[in-house]
Amino acid sequence: MMEMHLAQNWDKVEPMKKGYGRGLVEAGRRYENVVAASSDVTGSTGTDLFAQTFPDRFFEVGIGEQNLVAIGAGLAAMGKMPFVAAYGAFSPGRNWEQIKTTICINDQPVKLIGTHVGLSDSGDGATHQMLEDIALMRVLSNMTVIAPVDSIEAAKATLAMAAYPRPAYARIARDDTAIITTENTPFAIGRAYIYRGGLDVSLISTGRMTTYAMMAAKILAKDGIDAEVVHVPTIKPIDHAVILGSAERTRHVVTIEEAQINGGLGGAVAEVLSENLPTPMLRMGMNDRFGESGGPEELFKHFGLTPVNLAMTAHRLLMDHSGHKH
Amino acid sequence: MAKTSKNYSTADIQKKANQIREDIIKMLEHAGSGHSAGPLGLADIFAALYFKILKHNPDNPDWEERDILVLSNGHCVPVLYAAMANAGYFSRKELMTLRQLGSRLQGHPERMRLPGLETTSGPLGTGLSQAAGMALGLRLNKQQHRWVYVITGDGELDEGSNWEAIMLCSKYKLSNIIAIVDRNNIQIDGPTEVVMPLEDLKAKWEAFGWHVIEIDGNDVDAVIDSVNMAKAIVEKPVVILAHTIPGKGVDFMEYDFHWHGVPPNHEEAMKALHELRTLQGKIESEHE
Repeated sequence: MMEMHLAQNWDKVEPMKKGYGRGLVEAGRRYENVVAASSDVTGSTGTDLFAQTFPDRFFEVGIGEQNLVAIGAGLAAMGKMPFVAAYGAFSPGRNWEQIKTTICINDQPVKLIGTHVGLSDSGDGATHQMLEDIALMRVLSNMTVIAPVDSIEAAKATLAMAAYPRPAYARIARDDTAIITTENTPFAIGRAYIYRGGLDVSLISTGRMTTYAMMAAKILAKDGIDAEVVHVPTIKPIDHAVILGSAERTRHVVTIEEAQINGGLGGAVAEVLSENLPTPMLRMGMNDRFGESGGPEELFKHFGLTPVNLAMTAHRLLMDHSGHKH
Repeated sequence: MAKTSKNYSTADIQKKANQIREDIIKMLEHAGSGHSAGPLGLADIFAALYFKILKHNPDNPDWEERDILVLSNGHCVPVLYAAMANAGYFSRKELMTLRQLGSRLQGHPERMRLPGLETTSGPLGTGLSQAAGMALGLRLNKQQHRWVYVITGDGELDEGSNWEAIMLCSKYKLSNIIAIVDRNNIQIDGPTEVVMPLEDLKAKWEAFGWHVIEIDGNDVDAVIDSVNMAKAIVEKPVVILAHTIPGKGVDFMEYDFHWHGVPPNHEEAMKALHELRTLQGKIESEHE
């Protein structure tokens, strides 16, 4: 299997909002109809770069996320391509019905950006840690759900969304995040990518957990286990072919995400597999509990979301299911 | 070109309003569910809009120079459907498909199903926000000569998100928005001032930076005059507080909040149609 083109080393870090900000400015240059809005979080969502570059095409709506997304729907109705950004905890956390009615039923191409998602708003605690957004957005008809792995992919996703004529939601983490992709790593809405080929177990991941999945694969390799890493930057519509192909090869699946596994990526992959190719699987992520305050790394350890945890989970799955060399 | 280029007199528009009311009664009776009071109360406003005020073209609903009408209180959609049918968007016969499986006339309006609908509504409190986005979009498109009309209920103003939009319209001086509040004083649980007092409603809008005009919303001349006045105000958005009689035109429905969310049965519909056709006993019906 051909190896995916990824960065040589992963020492460089950057918050994903930087990628969103750069992508949005580039989208603004390419497409005159791109506009942006934010609800008093222009800087912390990375929208400030666009606001400075295109002041007439940026709208500050104040602290009102319900208004934010419905204004987006109105702008889209007049031919605009609006990007509306807020903390994921508040958008889509607070305004789900407005998103359903004014964006999804209307089928307006509003682009929702939820920042500080997963555990990445670490110090702020459970109220600000958005773990339910994948589930909330995934059940909406007409909606697309995207979770990039790093700032470079966030920029690509932003540009792709600007040319995408349907509603979409992208979730991006707050912290400095390792850059593992390059400008040449492929990204298209609706596609999943095999970042590392393997035959023993599929580690299926989204968002920045893909970096951890790659690290877990290295740990497993030392134990003689050949793990495949499937990066799923688009959770809806999910790439059936790539997920089923991987499951067919390895017959064992572990999903990992920085979100609730119920309704999240784990839920989505379980739906695909159980209906098409029932496969032993385990889901890692938040299991029906809220987050809490702590340091970023500290929280991953606390909730069992480290590369070592993932490698151990893969071991457990392989041991529990006979037929493998264990 | 727009149907409004026809020079309708006040009497013509009043007749249209009465026709719209008859259609509302027939639609609701046929559908067996839906809201009676609000749509009847709004008939004069919708007749004035569709036969005098709006720049629109029923033969080309997506006409790029059209004015925008956002119905925020989506449950009042029977009055919108009836006005659209009478204006020529579709046949009046289709009105009888309201709320039926496969109909373009959903119980609450859906943009994607029926040409001429600008948005989807029903869940309350989203119209003003969408209208604000539309007005901002029109400003960017250099089309500020197009007007955005938003119809909201009064009980609907209980929804807090309205006030987010009201602040924003004022901040961006969206003077091409004209909001019309259907001030009929009722909501499902009872009188608005009992359920959740709105008064002093005029002072509230003014405090948020809007120009306020109060009118009798069942007087078509007052509706047309107030919109003309609103268009002359360029420095701020304008809201018309249109005092209407819920159930207007049907004696046993007027002012009674019990008719907010229910349709007439056959007997009630016959009685209502008789009243509308005789203008509550003032003239003889041509139909009977």
